[in-house]
Amino acid sequence: MLQDKDRIFRNLYGFHDWRLAGARARGAWDNTKGLIDNGQDWIINEVKASGLRGRGGAGFPTGLKWSFMPKNDPRPSYLVINGDESEPGSCKDREIMRHDPHLLIEGALLASFAMKAHTCFIYLRGEFIRERERLQAAVDEAYDAKLIGKDNLNGWDFDIVVHHGAGAYICGEETALIESIEGKKGMPRLKPPFPANVGLYGAPTTVNNVESIAVVPDILRRGGAWFASLGKPNNTGTKLFQISGHVNNPCVVEEEMGIPLRDLIDKHCGGVRGGWDNLLCAIPGGSSMPMIPAEQCNDLTMDFDALVKLKSGLGTAAVIVMDKSTDIIKAITRIAYFYKHESCGQCTPCREGTGWMFRVLDRMQRGEAEKREIDLLYNVTKQVEGHTICALGDAAAWPVQGLIRNYRHVIEERIEAHKAIVKEAAE
Amino acid sequence: MAVRRLYPEQPLSFAFTPENLAWAKREIAKYPAGKEASAVIALLWRAQEQEGWTTEPAIRAIADMLGMAYIRVLEIATFYTMFQLAPVGRKAHLQVCGTTPCMLRGSEALIDMCKEHIAEHQHELSQDGDFSWEEVECLGCCANAPVVQIGKDTYEDLDPELFAKMLRDLRAGKPLKPGSQTGRQTSCPAGGPTTLLDEPKRGTEKV
Ligand SMILES: Cc1cc2nc3c(=O)[nH]c(=O)nc-3n(C[C@H](O)[C@H](O)[C@H](O)COP(=O)(O)O)c2cc1C
Ligand code: SF4
Ligand code: FES
Repeated sequence: MLQDKDRIFRNLYGFHDWRLAGARARGAWDNTKGLIDNGQDWIINEVKASGLRGRGGAGFPTGLKWSFMPKNDPRPSYLVINGDESEPGSCKDREIMRHDPHLLIEGALLASFAMKAHTCFIYLRGEFIRERERLQAAVDEAYDAKLIGKDNLNGWDFDIVVHHGAGAYICGEETALIESIEGKKGMPRLKPPFPANVGLYGAPTTVNNVESIAVVPDILRRGGAWFASLGKPNNTGTKLFQISGHVNNPCVVEEEMGIPLRDLIDKHCGGVRGGWDNLLCAIPGGSSMPMIPAEQCNDLTMDFDALVKLKSGLGTAAVIVMDKSTDIIKAITRIAYFYKHESCGQCTPCREGTGWMFRVLDRMQRGEAEKREIDLLYNVTKQVEGHTICALGDAAAWPVQGLIRNYRHVIEERIEAHKAIVKEAAE
Repeated sequence: MAVRRLYPEQPLSFAFTPENLAWAKREIAKYPAGKEASAVIALLWRAQEQEGWTTEPAIRAIADMLGMAYIRVLEIATFYTMFQLAPVGRKAHLQVCGTTPCMLRGSEALIDMCKEHIAEHQHELSQDGDFSWEEVECLGCCANAPVVQIGKDTYEDLDPELFAKMLRDLRAGKPLKPGSQTGRQTSCPAGGPTTLLDEPKRGTEKV
């Protein structure tokens, strides 16, 4: 188990003061100027050495991403921080923004400096109204203390704009988020060009998740090697896990990457409701990731590489636990409904496919389907996956594929049971 | 995607209050010159807070303020689902999260209670006009499921009994306490923290 001394989010639950004074007492804003004086290359190299992979879902190496920003470009550069946090199961960025906002603000300054950006936009989902008020108050404190702003004490002119959405999951996709900041509908852009070349207002832009940025000050202060010494090779550092569903004590907790799922649930969540043997399956990384059935959960470790091997993914490390009382078809049908609701509608396979998948599943959940439709449904998921502008299409297809791969027999039984009832009624 | 249209009965006009107008100007000034459209969501949101819902005259007035075509602002108002395109309950509009993590912990029972105690369909006013409700998608508080948002606050860790009490208090005009309704500290495990057991220390030791 991760030791307290290695935890980055020391006010995760808000037991302590979130304000500047409290954050400083926990080590934030300590010699930030010294870190900046080490120069851009030093920062990028430390972040590369830390092995940090993006915490927004895809796990792309953060230092590498920063190094894609064009050098000596006459246009302004921007850092955009993604606090849209809308993937079902995910609820970690919220805790950073409301309980340790200064970690994010200091990280924003350091990351922006590393990419020669003088302005950073932090985009919060619209529903996070209190979190926005809190974050804005912390930004104001940082301005007042001359930690950021023009001619600040840290020697890099820097502005933060706290921006918000108004209810649209798709705005978490980085190019949709950029469109949304520009005052448009959140519809993803075709890539390339990538944001590093043509991003916000047509200028070089890097989009990073809240957690990816908030861990940067600690990485720079303690050294990339410290972060890299935690976790597993290629899956380093600490991570905020969010465990919801059928555990005794759902919670958010910072742990080492690669922690066994069972330890996570038994040590921090008081176990699966009804005991470990009552586990049906777990979705390891937010609703878009295919579920892992209980048999494979026994010695499952929670990291990017281990989960990809099982045809799933760590995503945002949002673990949704389901015990044996769960109607698994219904649980996945509700996820399919979510993606139907959130599709932005610009690609036909996604717009039509998400609705189609939901409607078929809705019937299957009641058993009102034919067995041959299971293969047809699988086939449709394959026609959506990989045929759309953004990854929402994939995100909608994967959980359905997971259901069919692992629980085809449950669907078949449901259909048979329904047929039997209909037959009985007719006789 | 959902079909979202403007309400058939619209007020004749819209104007920001002087305080809101001053706030709107500051908001617009946060963005680079020529990028005023970036403030559109913030302004529409403030207008909704002022009027209770998003009206067509507000959409037009904000388009004029930002130099945007009406259709562009109408697109925003219909795309983003937090813009209420019809009047909502005078006392409260309840947004019940129905997505899977909340469903696994009992949100369906809360939705049934809304149907019984407020109105049969979402976005429909209760008979006295005081309440309305809707089922929303994941609110980003899943470790505290099930969750209901009312206005700026979320009410978490609910069950039918706690929710029934909330509904009674709302009717009686009693103030509600936001956050977890079982009294636990935010998303800390209910039995008490399993980590961070010492006073927070400066995390600057090198290894
Ligand atoms: C449909 C969709 C929704 C997404 N939602 C989020 C989100 O809410 N928060 C987030 O940080 N990343 C989200 N992402 C990933 C972003 O596009 C982007 O990869 C990420 O913000 C990059 O940050 P990172 O490199 O620090 O992980 C989403 C992606 C897709 C396709
Ligand atoms: S995949 Fe879906 S959400 Fe993404 S751009 Fe296409 S229609 Fe929009
Ligand atoms: S599913 Fe309800 S808050 Fe996430």
